[in-house]
Amino acid sequence: MSSEVRFTDFKSDKQPTWCPGCGDFGTMNGMMKALANTGNDPDNTFLVAGIGCSGKIGTYMHSYALHGVHGRALPVATGVKMARPDIEVMAAGGDGDGYSIGAGHFVHAVRRNVDMTYVVMDNRIYGLTKGQASPTSRSDFETSTTPEGPQQPPVNPLALALAAGATFIAQSFASDALRHAEIIEEAIEHDGFGFVNVFSPCVTFNDVDTYDYFRDTLVDLEEEGHDRHDLEAAKEVILDADKEYQGVMYQNENSVPYHEQHGVTENMADIPDGAPENAMDLVREFY
Amino acid sequence: MTEDLNWAIGGEAGDGIDSTGKIFAQALSRAGRHVFTSKDFASRIRGGYTAYKIRTSTDRVQSVVDRLDILVALTQRTIDENLDELHEGSAVIYDGERSWDAEIPDEITAVDVPLKTLAEEAGGAIMLNVVALGAACEITGFDVEYLDESLEKRFGGKGSKIVENNREAARKGRDYVRENYDFDLGYELDTTDNDYVLLNGDEAIGMGALAAGCRFYAGYPITPATNVMEYLTGRIEQYGGHVVQAEDELSAINMALGGARAGARSMTATSGPGIDLMTETFGLVATSETPLVIVDVMRSGPSTGMPTKQEQGDLNMTLYGGHGEIPRFVVAPTTIDECFWKTVEAFNYAEKYQTPVYVVADLALAVTEQTFSPETFDMDAVEIDRGTLVDDDSIGEWLDEQGRFRAHAATEDGISPRAIPGTTDGAHMSTGLEHDELGRRTEDTEVRVEQVDKRNRKVETAKAEEDWDYREFGDEDAENLVISWGSNEGALVEALEYLEDEGIDVRILSVPYIFPRPDLTDDVEAAEDVIVVECNATGQFADVIEHDTLTRVKRVNKYTGVRFKADELADAISTKLSEEVPAQ
Repeated sequence: MSSEVRFTDFKSDKQPTWCPGCGDFGTMNGMMKALANTGNDPDNTFLVAGIGCSGKIGTYMHSYALHGVHGRALPVATGVKMARPDIEVMAAGGDGDGYSIGAGHFVHAVRRNVDMTYVVMDNRIYGLTKGQASPTSRSDFETSTTPEGPQQPPVNPLALALAAGATFIAQSFASDALRHAEIIEEAIEHDGFGFVNVFSPCVTFNDVDTYDYFRDTLVDLEEEGHDRHDLEAAKEVILDADKEYQGVMYQNENSVPYHEQHGVTENMADIPDGAPENAMDLVREFY
Repeated sequence: MTEDLNWAIGGEAGDGIDSTGKIFAQALSRAGRHVFTSKDFASRIRGGYTAYKIRTSTDRVQSVVDRLDILVALTQRTIDENLDELHEGSAVIYDGERSWDAEIPDEITAVDVPLKTLAEEAGGAIMLNVVALGAACEITGFDVEYLDESLEKRFGGKGSKIVENNREAARKGRDYVRENYDFDLGYELDTTDNDYVLLNGDEAIGMGALAAGCRFYAGYPITPATNVMEYLTGRIEQYGGHVVQAEDELSAINMALGGARAGARSMTATSGPGIDLMTETFGLVATSETPLVIVDVMRSGPSTGMPTKQEQGDLNMTLYGGHGEIPRFVVAPTTIDECFWKTVEAFNYAEKYQTPVYVVADLALAVTEQTFSPETFDMDAVEIDRGTLVDDDSIGEWLDEQGRFRAHAATEDGISPRAIPGTTDGAHMSTGLEHDELGRRTEDTEVRVEQVDKRNRKVETAKAEEDWDYREFGDEDAENLVISWGSNEGALVEALEYLEDEGIDVRILSVPYIFPRPDLTDDVEAAEDVIVVECNATGQFADVIEHDTLTRVKRVNKYTGVRFKADELADAISTKLSEEVPAQ
C-alpha cells in the first residue's frame, strides 16, 4: 500500500448484513477513517473481532483479520501485538462479547496495557440471538428472557476499566460521526490499551437506548472542559449514573505499553532456518 | 560391586526433598554415571509425603524398579512407605536426635547421623539434607567432591558463603559416617569420563520449542505442565521472544493463536483440564488453518483427578476432542529425548500443514529426569520448515482477479499459501465460520464441501509425505507383539530382560504418533499374541489398534497413578500371554 491510503481502502467488497439503520455502520466508518488518518494501511493492520452482529465487522472491513470465538478477541489481539509490535492492532466486539463472556479477558487486557485499540459496539441488547438482555441492559429492560427486566444493575464498563488500571477510557456515539472518528483516532494514537465504548443503537430490538435518546441526553466532555488527565474528575464522570457522556474520560500520560514494559521489540515472525546459533548452550545448561 | 544403585530421600513437602535429590542426581551425572529419577509428590505445598528417587548405573537406565538401596528418611512415613522396597543390603540414614524414634527392621542397616546438629555446626540447620548427602556418599564410596559443583549450581546465587557452608555440611556427613560406622554394604559407585546432561520431559519440550524457533508462548500454570512455561520464561527473551502468563487457558490458547496468525511460531502447554477449556478454540485454530503447537502433559483424570499422578487418559480427548470434525495431528513422545525432537517436528508439521498439532506427553515423562549425552540434542540437526509462506514477491500467483488473496485456496494437496501481516496485498479475513477461499463466511453447499475436503486433504498429504513410524525393540521374529505409546517404552525395554529369563520372546513397538499413525495391520496379523500396554483403565490406544487392524488385542492397563515398573510389567505381560484372547 502506498502512502495515500484512503479510508475506503479499509472497506471490503462484502455488503454488510446489518439491519438498515444499525449503529454498527457508523461505528465501522469511524474506525476506518481513524485508521487511515493515523497513517495505517490494510496490510499493516490486524483486526480481531468477536461474535455477534458486531463481530461481523472483520468481514466488512479490509485488513488482516480474525473472527474468533465468543468473548475472546482480546487475548487473540494480545498475541498478535506481542508477536508483532510493528503491526497496528484493533479489537472489536459487542457488549455481550466484551462484558459478559469476555469480561475476564477485558479486565486482564486492560491491566496489561496492551498497545491496541478496543472498540465495543454497545447496543445494550443481544441482537443476533434476537433480543435478549445484555450485561449493559437497564435493570427494568423487558426482553424475551427477562420479562420483568434483568432486575440487576447493568455493568459499567468504564468503571470496570478504571478499576483495572486503564490508561485510556473513552466513550463515543456512532451517529456523531466526526466526534466518534476523532475519539477512535485518539485511542489508536494512545500508547497502550485504548478503550472506547461506543453507543451503537440496535434499531430492531432496543426501543429505549435509541438514536433519539442519545442525541437528547449525550453530554460532550470536551465542551464541559473535562480534564482527562485528572483521575478524580474521571471517576466522577465514570461513576455518574445520571448522565451519558461522550469523549475521553481518562488518559494516563505516563502509559507504557505492555510490550515495551517487557522489552519486546522484535518482529517474532523472523526466525533462522535452523536452531539458533548458540543453541548448544541450551543443552550445556543441563550439565 | 553393585553398579545399579537405587537411592531416595523422603520427607514432608517443603523439606527441600526435591532440590536435595536434584543436587545428588546432578553430581552423579557429572561423575559420568547414568541417572533416572522419579518423584512421589502430593498436591500440596507443605506437609504430605514426598520423595525423590534416583536409580543410577554406569549403563543407561530408563525405568524405575522395586528396590531401594540407600534411603534418607526425614520422617517415619518415609520408612513405612518404602518398606517393601528395602532389602537386607539396604541402609537407612536418619537423625536419631530429632524427636522421633525411627522404626527400622533389624535386617536393614540403620545409619543414625545427627543431621541437624552437624548442619548447625556447618552454619545452619537448613543444610541437614546436605549432611545426609555426605553420609550417603561415604556409604556408596562416592567422592563427596562431586557434590561441589551441584552445590555451586544450586546455591551460587545466594553467595559464596552459603556454597562453602553446604560443602562443609556434606563433608561433616561423610566424616561422621567414616568415624562412627564400620560396615561395608558393598556399594562402590564407579565414575566415568562422560559428562552427561540431566533433564526432564518438560524441559526437553521447552528446549525443543526454542530450538525450533518458538518465539511466543502463552500459558496458565497447571501441574505437570508448568515447568514448560518456567523453562521458557527467562530463556525465550534471549531469542527475542516472550512468555505471557494468561488469565486462564481460554486466554492462553487464544493468545497463542494470535501470535501464530501474526507469523510467530507459537505454543501453549497445559494438562487435561486445561485442554478441556482450550477445546473451544481448538476448532477455530484448525478451521482458520493456523499453525499452532499445543502441549498436553497428561495427568490422572477425569475432572481434577489426581493432579500429581501418572496417567495416559487423554488420548481420546486429543484425538477426537471438539465439536464437529477437526483435522489435527497428535504426536506423543515416548522418551525424554523424544520430547525434544517431537516438539521440533510438531512446529514443522504445524506450519507445513497449517494445522494445530498436539504434543501429548505424560506426567512420568514430564517430571522424570534422565541423563543423556549432549549430542542427543544435536542442534545442527534441527531443521525448520515454514511451509508455504508467501512474501511480497511470491504472493502474486495467489491473488484472484480482483487482487484479493486466496488464503484458503483449495489446492490439490490441501495446503494453501500463507501470508502474515505486513505482506503486501496479503490482507485477508480468517474465521471459525465456514468460509470460501478468501476466508469469507459462506453457507454455500459446494464451497462447504470443498473447504472441508480441502482441510482433510492436508492430512492425507501428510500421511503420504511424512514418516509415521515406530521404534522397535526385542526379537523381531517373536510371535508375541507388545505395542505401547508414551512413557512406557523405558520400562518395556528393561522388561525384555526379565521376560528373556522366563524364556519369553517379545517384539516391542513403541509408537510416537497417535494421528496420523503408522499402519500396524501387518505387524498385528503376523503375531500370535498382541498386547497393548498403557496407563489408563479402558485401553484407548488398544481401541485405536483394534479399529485399524480389525483384530482383537489383549490389554495391560495400569491406572493406579503410578508409572509401570520394569519387573511388574514383565509379570503382567507374561500373565496376559497365557490368557485367552477376549471374545469379540
